[in-house]
Amino acid sequence: MTKAGLVWSNLRRRPTRTFLTLVSVLVAFLLFTMLRAVAVAFEGGGFGEAGASRLVVAPKFSIIDPLLLSQMREIEGVAGVDAVTHADWFGGIYQDRRNFFPKFPVRPQGYFGMYPEFEIDAGQLEAFENTRTGAVAPAGMARRFGWQVGDKIPIEGDIYPLRDGSRLWEFDLVGTYTTGNARRDETGGGVFLFNFDYFDEARMFGEGSIGWFIVRVADPERAPEVASRIDALFENSLHPSRTSTEDEYNRQFAKQQGDIGLMTTGILGAVFFTILLLTANTMAQALRERIPELAVLKTFGFTDGAVALLVLAEAVALCLLGGLIGVALGYAAMTALQPLLQDFLGLIEVTWPTVASAVGVAVALGLVVGAAPAWTARRLTIVDALRER
Amino acid sequence: MLRQIVEVALLNLRNLPARLGSSSVIVVGIGGVVGVLIAILAMGKGFQSALSRAGEPDRAIVLRGGSSGELSSGMGQAEMNVIASMPEVTIASGELFLIADVPKRSNQSPANLAIRGVGQAAFDIRPNVRVVEGRAFEPGRAEMIAGRQAAIEFEGIDLGATVKLRNGEWTIVGFFEADGSAYESEVWVDLATAQSTFRRQGVSSMRVRLASPEVAAAVAKRVEEDPRLDLELATETDYYSEQSEQLTALITYFGYTVAAIMAVGAVFSALNTMYTAVSTRTVEIATLRALGFGGLPVVASVVLEAVALAALGGALGAAVAYLGFNGWTASTLAGGSFSQVAFDFAVTQDLVVLGLTWALALGLVGGLFPAVRAARLPITAALRGE
Repeated sequence: MTKAGLVWSNLRRRPTRTFLTLVSVLVAFLLFTMLRAVAVAFEGGGFGEAGASRLVVAPKFSIIDPLLLSQMREIEGVAGVDAVTHADWFGGIYQDRRNFFPKFPVRPQGYFGMYPEFEIDAGQLEAFENTRTGAVAPAGMARRFGWQVGDKIPIEGDIYPLRDGSRLWEFDLVGTYTTGNARRDETGGGVFLFNFDYFDEARMFGEGSIGWFIVRVADPERAPEVASRIDALFENSLHPSRTSTEDEYNRQFAKQQGDIGLMTTGILGAVFFTILLLTANTMAQALRERIPELAVLKTFGFTDGAVALLVLAEAVALCLLGGLIGVALGYAAMTALQPLLQDFLGLIEVTWPTVASAVGVAVALGLVVGAAPAWTARRLTIVDALRER
Repeated sequence: MLRQIVEVALLNLRNLPARLGSSSVIVVGIGGVVGVLIAILAMGKGFQSALSRAGEPDRAIVLRGGSSGELSSGMGQAEMNVIASMPEVTIASGELFLIADVPKRSNQSPANLAIRGVGQAAFDIRPNVRVVEGRAFEPGRAEMIAGRQAAIEFEGIDLGATVKLRNGEWTIVGFFEADGSAYESEVWVDLATAQSTFRRQGVSSMRVRLASPEVAAAVAKRVEEDPRLDLELATETDYYSEQSEQLTALITYFGYTVAAIMAVGAVFSALNTMYTAVSTRTVEIATLRALGFGGLPVVASVVLEAVALAALGGALGAAVAYLGFNGWTASTLAGGSFSQVAFDFAVTQDLVVLGLTWALALGLVGGLFPAVRAARLPITAALRGE
């Protein structure tokens, strides 16, 4: 029998105990995976992949202050700026308050030019450009709500009423796009985009104002310089700006949800630790009970080192197995919970670093748990151990 | 029979100290589940109560039709006059609601601070808002009073300090309290000064005191049907419970999910421990059976042991949650106002009861299966030590 086989049959010797211990380890890692995924989302990873070459120019004092369309020209003139486009927060309710998804009025060519990862059929983009009331939605969102190209999408404006006093905006869906992230497309996340020109002439107030500019810089290395040049431009105007990289902007927004994420992670970190402690206790106990058996192995001629290694390998194998199953279940759980959480946290992903750290922790746990029994096993003298029986 | 149960159970509990190490697994495991369940739900309760304390059933909020909160609402003087002159309205307060980016003390990252432009009526209608330090702002001057929580959460909100907002600087002249409600996360300024500084016409919302809570529905209907008005009226109680509904539901859901997953882990640790306890006591249990003790007392004793340990764990978890988290302050971005709202964790009595119920249920499950195995041991084989 190989040594690996020996480890395996040891684990199978007491199936109840192995199973119970495995489940405890598994639960710890299931929680670990889910928590890390939520924490990553809170750290700002949930709302889109920020481009290193993109800056966001936002109003300096508050998101409710407007910036003006006329500022676009000036930004275009700043050295190091490659392209500029703009967007705004429309708010709006589709059918029910709970159907929350972001909706931005944008310039079709400019916006899709700014986000090359968004893929749209050239004909549909042209239709978007040429249809006054046109809108495009991420393909997954269209699936989620059962929209077909050609449908009218009614949205109640909670921030912006129409000029005629009504609140019901109707957009014609002229196309769908993919967001460059397979999971977001799958779960129906992303932004509903519609024509800025129509929005601007039809809204009751705020004509000529926009929410924020998105700027592509020619050289990402010099992004900070370009940012301060843009802000200096508007410093003493009626509409001062605050420019940051897209990454930083997303991060700041995510931090606003702030404490809840931090605290939850904290509480649950403690929990994870508790479960690990319990498991370690159980496993150490199980190994202690097998001391006579280990003595038998030594009688057969196994060296001290080999027996110790065997014990250690068993602990590591159990933790690793539990860890891997836990991560897999955590992944499945987050996929199942995604539709519930995405409006609040954006896209929640179990990232590779999370998996890697889980595996690392599992191995470390196995070593820690196995160390004391392995040491005992190593020092065991055959006579004493057999007498204990 | 009952005497047998009591005797075996006592025997069991008396030799519990000998199994201290493994028994503590149950206590700690179940304590962890209960502590986490209570702590997370206390967060939801705290948020809910911060918002619900801001509302009263005989006060109503008037917003522009279709707007989802004060921030997206707005109305002019003509509409305000119609509302203020309704016979059921005893006090009417038009208020401007804005937000500004101010860095938080905790992470220096800018967050949305709520600014409320108010007149004297705002204080008349909310008697629980009291200036507790410094003084009230003077009409016509760029002065503000800050809620207790706003001062704790935001950088530079200190007495006598100035805050730079769009179009000017504001001096903080006082702090106010509002019975721990969400208003304490806001700063208040003079309405007319705010309107001119921020170039706003009209107000965002109106608060009105009604003659009684009972007239609210009728008044709301009249507002909705009035062709001169594009407004909606709701009692503050309804308004704030709707505002807190989504986040509270999410937190509660999250709490139950995490606790349930942990509970699985804790039950399995408990099962493990109790199976071990039963197997180390095989000879003892078989001796009892040979002496004529029935199967039921044995089952009962094992279950009782698990439940007792679980109850201890539950009590411990609840105590840790209470000592560690009750009154803890957190803040988050509240949906409707899109501004930071600070709230205190609230470990309430019903949460503690809930936690203890979980503990007992988990102990019962963790003890039952090993107990049945113990009772089913073939006596002779067990006595031989097999």
